[in-house]
Amino acid sequence: MMTTKYDSIIIGGGPAGLAAAIKAKELGLNVLLLENRDVLGGIPLQCLHPGFGLHYFKEDLTGTEFIYRFIDKFQKMGIEYFTNAHLTEIENISDTEKRIKVITSKGLQTFTAKTIIYATGARERHLYEIGVTGKRLPGIFTAGEAQTMMDVYGIMPGKEIVIVGSGDVGLIMARRFALEGATVKAVIELMPFPGGLTRNVVQCLDDFGIPLYLSHAVTRVEGDSTVEKVIISEVNERLEIKEGTEKEIKCDTVVVAAGLVPYIKILEKIGVVKDQATRGPIVNEYLETLIPGVFTAGNALVINDLVDHVVEQGELAAFGASEFVKNEGIPTRKWKRVFRGRNVRLLVPHYVSGENDVIIYARVSRPMNKVKVRFPEINKEVRLPVVKPAEMISIKLKKEEIQRAVDRITMEVLSNE
Amino acid sequence: METKKVVVIGAGVVGSAIARVLSKYQNLEVFLLEKNIDVGWGSSKANSAVIHPGHEDDPSKYPLRSKLCVRGNRLWHSWAEELDVPVKWPGELMLAFSERDVEKFQYYLDLAEKNGVPDVKIVYSDELRELEPNASPDAIAGLWAPTAGLIAPWDAVLGLVENAVDNGVKLFTETEVEDIVIENGIVKGVQTNRGFFEADIVINAAGLYADIISKKAGIDFDITPRRGEYYLLEEDVQPRVKRIVHQVPTEITKGVFISETVEGNILIGPSAENLPLDAKDDVSTTKKYLDYIWESAKRLLAKMPPKSSVIKTFAGLRAEPPSGRWIIEAYDNPKGFINAAGMRSPALTSSPAIAEYIVNELIKNKLGVKLVEKKDWNPYRKGIKKFKLLDDRKKEELIKENPKFGNVLCMCKEVTEAEIIEAIERMKKIGIKTISLDGIKFRTTSMFGWCQGSFCRVRIARVAANYLGMPEWKIFVKDNKSSYGVGYVKTFFKTSQGDGEV
Ligand SMILES: Cc1cc2nc3c(=O)[nH]c(=O)nc-3n(C[C@H](O)[C@H](O)[C@H](O)COP(=O)(O)OP(=O)(O)OC[C@H]3O[C@@H](n4cnc5c(N)ncnc54)[C@H](O)[C@@H]3O)c2cc1C
Ligand SMILES: Cc1cc2nc3c(=O)[nH]c(=O)nc-3n(C[C@H](O)[C@H](O)[C@H](O)COP(=O)(O)OP(=O)(O)OC[C@H]3O[C@@H](n4cnc5c(N)ncnc54)[C@H](O)[C@@H]3O)c2cc1C
Repeated sequence: MMTTKYDSIIIGGGPAGLAAAIKAKELGLNVLLLENRDVLGGIPLQCLHPGFGLHYFKEDLTGTEFIYRFIDKFQKMGIEYFTNAHLTEIENISDTEKRIKVITSKGLQTFTAKTIIYATGARERHLYEIGVTGKRLPGIFTAGEAQTMMDVYGIMPGKEIVIVGSGDVGLIMARRFALEGATVKAVIELMPFPGGLTRNVVQCLDDFGIPLYLSHAVTRVEGDSTVEKVIISEVNERLEIKEGTEKEIKCDTVVVAAGLVPYIKILEKIGVVKDQATRGPIVNEYLETLIPGVFTAGNALVINDLVDHVVEQGELAAFGASEFVKNEGIPTRKWKRVFRGRNVRLLVPHYVSGENDVIIYARVSRPMNKVKVRFPEINKEVRLPVVKPAEMISIKLKKEEIQRAVDRITMEVLSNE
Repeated sequence: METKKVVVIGAGVVGSAIARVLSKYQNLEVFLLEKNIDVGWGSSKANSAVIHPGHEDDPSKYPLRSKLCVRGNRLWHSWAEELDVPVKWPGELMLAFSERDVEKFQYYLDLAEKNGVPDVKIVYSDELRELEPNASPDAIAGLWAPTAGLIAPWDAVLGLVENAVDNGVKLFTETEVEDIVIENGIVKGVQTNRGFFEADIVINAAGLYADIISKKAGIDFDITPRRGEYYLLEEDVQPRVKRIVHQVPTEITKGVFISETVEGNILIGPSAENLPLDAKDDVSTTKKYLDYIWESAKRLLAKMPPKSSVIKTFAGLRAEPPSGRWIIEAYDNPKGFINAAGMRSPALTSSPAIAEYIVNELIKNKLGVKLVEKKDWNPYRKGIKKFKLLDDRKKEELIKENPKFGNVLCMCKEVTEAEIIEAIERMKKIGIKTISLDGIKFRTTSMFGWCQGSFCRVRIARVAANYLGMPEWKIFVKDNKSSYGVGYVKTFFKTSQGDGEV
């Protein structure tokens, strides 16, 4: 067993992990990155569609093009990494020493580091978590699995597809199937509004004549030895099934795009405290969790819709790690808590100091037009034309603004109409 | 010494246990016939997995059930060790919420005494809470049965079959018995989709289909499918339970159980719902019964785990005989035909004892067959080593020997490429023709965890396909009708036949 001590070990080689590694190296840290799959890149690797990097590169790139810019840079910088490396355990020896265990094909390895940046992405919710009953049949996939099958492994999952969920992921997968010649029978959405961007509804559904059923729930999946049909029903304003509205849609494949959950099992084992709203860790403005020296970024922190935010978080966590290494710990002594106010479903980070400018990432609980985003304790107000639960809002608070607060800052979103 | 041919119909836990016991004798040639592509995929894979203590069945009503359950419970201690099947013995706690419930405890205490179940007692307040800290504060007493255990039921079947095959039993999967051939009141064999199997003794352990088989032999009864649904929760969820916790049974069901499976997940269920006679494969879940289970479970615990920790829901079917009585019998006409039918709960518990009973009481005594034991019968079988459970030194050694141990494919359950390949080899070894992803799942627990395979199924499909020399999309999932994909993305809709081949 070999041991080496690093300034920072980054877990996960998706956009968050790669961006963190590059930034940390630029800041002079000695870093190691570990990726479980046999390739670097994470989710964008399998995204053949454009819509990546509009903010970060000011260019519209496909996921693959986007992530290769990072992979190329990462490799040119000669950053140490392992693929096919599976993290099994983190041991929190002290505030400034973490030991991790990793399984690789070269053997079981232990590494120690002053900091960990945890960027393992998210897991998808599957059918049984969203209350769909019926049989567990072949032909049911999550969007991510279907996408990996098609665009990494070249496997066609089926011919007649029903997609559950109209977030951007569901919409994009609908188009992806249609482009290959499959028949997308329907996209089913529980809410009375589509989850994804209007642009995606037009480009992914309307342009292909794919029907979208709003205020509908998939209640059952039926079939003999493989999926044959789904049963859907209308739902009322309280999202309850309306009796007598049952309808069946014949299909051989069900693709579930019903949201993601931060994949942070191993962090939970060392006692990282979770936020019930984000289902990710509670963090301060450096994206440090409540365990000193353990940072997190990307979908492991909070589910992001834009990879640009993911990269931003990766870089911020790297900055945090470098501050931590320089000062043997984050020097801040006094934190102000950021609270969710009206119409805010979730936000990160949870603690700010006033020593840095901070971006607050947040989601609203319902779609609204012409809103004021208010931070009453610091007299800050930002106006936005539209907000939707599916679109993360990011708002920068200047350090001088944060300094105005005593010990708390609330964020609320109010309609102007 | 004349050799007798025995056909066992159905490789569930009952048929497999029978096959194992039959494999001890040198003058028997044993054929285990299973219609599915793999073994143990009937009632035996979706149940509560409890090794019951045996104090819940009245011997005057259910003589076999009460006797064989207690014996089965005891036998699983040695069988599980010989077969390297995961078991644990957390004990079972029946909770009382009223004085009437407590009164019923006396009935079970009496049964415990009659059936010979040791150490059953009533516990109150502190002792109750110490046994199960998460018992509901409304529970005023508990009936404690320390001999209750939990088993991984599919592992049990795999252990039994691998050991039986090792000792000479011939397994035929994808072999469906269609008729029982009888001449002059004597069994001659069985007709299957794969031809005729000659036999002197035919044992019907066909689970939900045992009524149909039995009718072919002229013995008429109906088996009612009685469905039970479940929730399975994440491994690390809090709060949890230490014991097998359940309520006072009613006439149709033992009620909802909550337990921590041998895998460490929390299992909640089952419901009990009679289905039409022909719904023998309907393992759908329903909102109605799942809601009922969740509500019932809430009553049992002080604090329920969150619903967001549910990783799957599923259902199993009990093979319910008329009036609840197991039909374990040999007949004078047709001679040589034996039923092991209506094997409702606690037949998982009892299966070792049922197998013993059939061999000793029915084959030896009733049919008068003289059996000669093999000298070299091997009681042992080793399960697939779970890499995750090994210590670091052992892990290190294995990776050195075979770097495929260093490739973790299933992240949730930490299952390596080497274990996937071992699973395929095990399937081939017992004669399974269709290698399926579900077969790999039940042998390795890959795709069994938090993400339910959405991360790793495709990677496992590739490993399996490469190993078998076939395209990934062609790998079967649950049976030999449904493949993982339909073809290659870039050719599927472009070839005229659309068969996906380039
Ligand atoms: C269908 C779809 C369409 C999308 N479209 C867009 C779009 O158009 N525009 C856009 O901006 N964004 C889009 N996104 C979102 C974007 O892809 C994600 O926000 C981003 O990939 C999240 O990055 P991440 O690094 O946090 O996680 P991931 O990309 O998931 O990377 C995490 C990495 O960590 C590895 N890992 C996990 N656990 C371990 C462990 N224990 N040990 C080692 N490694 C581990 C994983 O293998 C993975 O490679 C889309 C996402 C999907 C699914
Ligand atoms: C919800 C539920 C909860 C339960 N809980 C418990 C418990 O906690 N403890 C306990 O002890 N017991 C429990 N049981 C009971 C236990 O699961 C069953 O008693 C046991 O699995 C029965 O095994 P079997 O081999 O008879 O049936 P099965 O496992 O159903 O096996 C029968 C096999 O026969 C095959 N077959 C059928 N027809 C043919 C044919 N024509 N040709 C060839 N093969 C055929 C089938 O494919 C199947 O593999 C429970 C059952 C259920 C459903």
